[in-house]
Amino acid sequence: MSTQLIQERVAARSRTARVRIVAALGPLTMLGGVAWAFLQPYRLTILHPHGEGFWWLFVQPPLLVIAVGVVFSLLIAPGLIEDLEAEER
Amino acid sequence: MQPPAEHVHWMFATGFLLLGLLLLARAVVGEEVWRRRAWRAYLWPSLLFGLGVLMWPVMVFFTNSTIHLVAHGMWAQTMMVAGAAELGLLRGKLHNRAWHLAVPVALAVSGASLLIHEQNGWLFARAAFLHHIMGWTALVGAIFPLVAIVRPRSRVWGSGLALTLVVLAVFLYADRDVAPIFGHLSPLAGEPHR
Repeated sequence: MSTQLIQERVAARSRTARVRIVAALGPLTMLGGVAWAFLQPYRLTILHPHGEGFWWLFVQPPLLVIAVGVVFSLLIAPGLIEDLEAEER
Repeated sequence: MQPPAEHVHWMFATGFLLLGLLLLARAVVGEEVWRRRAWRAYLWPSLLFGLGVLMWPVMVFFTNSTIHLVAHGMWAQTMMVAGAAELGLLRGKLHNRAWHLAVPVALAVSGASLLIHEQNGWLFARAAFLHHIMGWTALVGAIFPLVAIVRPRSRVWGSGLALTLVVLAVFLYADRDVAPIFGHLSPLAGEPHR
């Protein structure tokens, strides 16, 4: 096997790893938020909304973490993966 | 209709978490791929600048002492300068690479402000503990963007800044107005909230 072919395969594997990492960032963040919600359910006022004010219902940290993961997965990751794959081609 | 202070910290934590994720993705894919779409290149400096702008109302409405006010003002200014410097470099309005120093300087000044304006010891209350630990995290974390200036292609130094911001976000999410830390709460801190 030629050195050039080996180098190309190593580079391709590195790009595949990068694609996987970028694809995993959003879901991992969402998973972190879900795990936090299970560990500290009292930080989710949506589970017991009666009598809560606007800010306590609007700002719920585990949901905010999940929202960041969703935003990253939907708005950032697809384009990045597309560009990484275009670089591969 | 003003949010409680802890909610403001959680909202900023969300901003820092998103910023950290963007910088982590940028470190993973490399600068060349990251800049393939112009809007993406401008995203993180704009977010940093925006967080700096949003810090001004926090300074005006949520500070109850001069040193507290000055610290929030410092964070607002350093975040805006760092974001603006990166935007200027991207747009080509700034040419000297030394402008990249604005990010590590912002982190170092922010860390120092956190440490200087906290008047109580580590275990006084959770807020005091978080000020100390965030101050040292920001100070030490400033090393990552500093080294990244001389080694811009290194993933380690690029990821270091991103992970520093993620850790700062976790600390901000842990903030409560009055709460114990590791079972310690000074009677001078007041009654813990829910």
